[in-house]
Amino acid sequence: MSFLKKSPWIIHYDASSCNGCDIEVLACLTPMYDIERFGIINTGNPKHADIFLITGSVNEQNKSVVVNIYKQMPEPKVVVAIGTCALSGGIFSECYNIIGGVDKVIPVDVYVPGCASKPENIISGVVQALAVLEEKHAKRCKDKKASKGKK
Amino acid sequence: MNTPLIILSYLILAPVTGGLLTGLDRIITARMQSRIGPPILQPFYDVGKLFSKENLVVRKAQNLFIIFHLLFLILTGALFFCGGDLLLVVFAFALAGVFFILGGYRTSSPFAYVGAERELIQMMAYEPMLIITAIGMYMTTHSFNVLDIMSSGKPLLLQLPGVFIGFLFILPIKMRKSPFDLSMSHHAHQELVKGITTEFSGPTLALIEIAHWFELILILGIILLFFPNNIWLGLAVECAVFFLVVLTDNTFARLRWQTLLKAAWIATFVCGMGNILVLSFLK
Repeated sequence: MSFLKKSPWIIHYDASSCNGCDIEVLACLTPMYDIERFGIINTGNPKHADIFLITGSVNEQNKSVVVNIYKQMPEPKVVVAIGTCALSGGIFSECYNIIGGVDKVIPVDVYVPGCASKPENIISGVVQALAVLEEKHAKRCKDKKASKGKK
Repeated sequence: MNTPLIILSYLILAPVTGGLLTGLDRIITARMQSRIGPPILQPFYDVGKLFSKENLVVRKAQNLFIIFHLLFLILTGALFFCGGDLLLVVFAFALAGVFFILGGYRTSSPFAYVGAERELIQMMAYEPMLIITAIGMYMTTHSFNVLDIMSSGKPLLLQLPGVFIGFLFILPIKMRKSPFDLSMSHHAHQELVKGITTEFSGPTLALIEIAHWFELILILGIILLFFPNNIWLGLAVECAVFFLVVLTDNTFARLRWQTLLKAAWIATFVCGMGNILVLSFLK
């Protein structure tokens, strides 16, 4: 068994959100919701993180940043898009500089809707992401074994 | 008791106790912030998870340095708990710290550079006090041998109160606690104070965590050395000290490195050296 489910560390990035969803993400860390009791830590470092929480739609300027953060995270990793903007671009989707939802740039595993998303929703999204994380880990182990067998 | 048995029990017990203490620390911290906090086994879950992650490296040498950091910390602890030479323990401890700093430098990330520089400054701050502790032990028991000091049966705390206070002062540096957690804090994961670990991921980060458990146990072992006459009293004091450090961690803001260096050296020279001077006059 793996301990991935017991200690998911998150990294949070605000693409071009209005800050509403960000405040809700940070609210999860407060004594009210206290997600550290599930072993969740908000790291600021993609190299330490397992779950990438991203809020807001992606624009031309931060596209490279989003991709960079995603690439720097060690496998297995999952991406959770939070809020309407991160899902589809939201009310900003018609803007000249907006690319659209996060899934236009990096693969997204869990979508959490809402404007702004409630902390309960975000926690539920992270919990769903854990199942995906576990799946990816199992697949990675399987691939490793297969590649060893080939050698 | 024979040495291999002690080493074996040390290799098993030290990380287990260290991990449990870290978990306890996280619970106490959470309660102080009116949160519930993670389960006590959380540090073990974290390390277990890190081992199942991919190991991203900038340069392969960085992992080697961390492996040596862990090995030398284990060696230092083994030397100490087998009753070896206290001076050698202090120097091997310093060497383990140097490997960690080299690992930080090797990653060539600006954040890791700042972290490594800060770790060096912290080393400058606490190293004199460690040596003065060893000297104080020698002056009272006429031996650098941990076994001799422990079997001397003297109430060392009464003879070395200044050294003990000085040692308590540098304790937050080694336990990576506020106000002296400049290079690798337990908290503030988004800030520069996580600097030295920036480029370490997966299994290597797990090794750093395990090394920290060994470090914690060694530090607590040195505190126990002040109580050769009554080990139970020593353990009680250790619990109190641990709680005190967690309390300071949660009540104090982080200091700048200039203040850290000045404060640590003033504490070392006034409390530590003062105590040694008084001892030498009394003779």
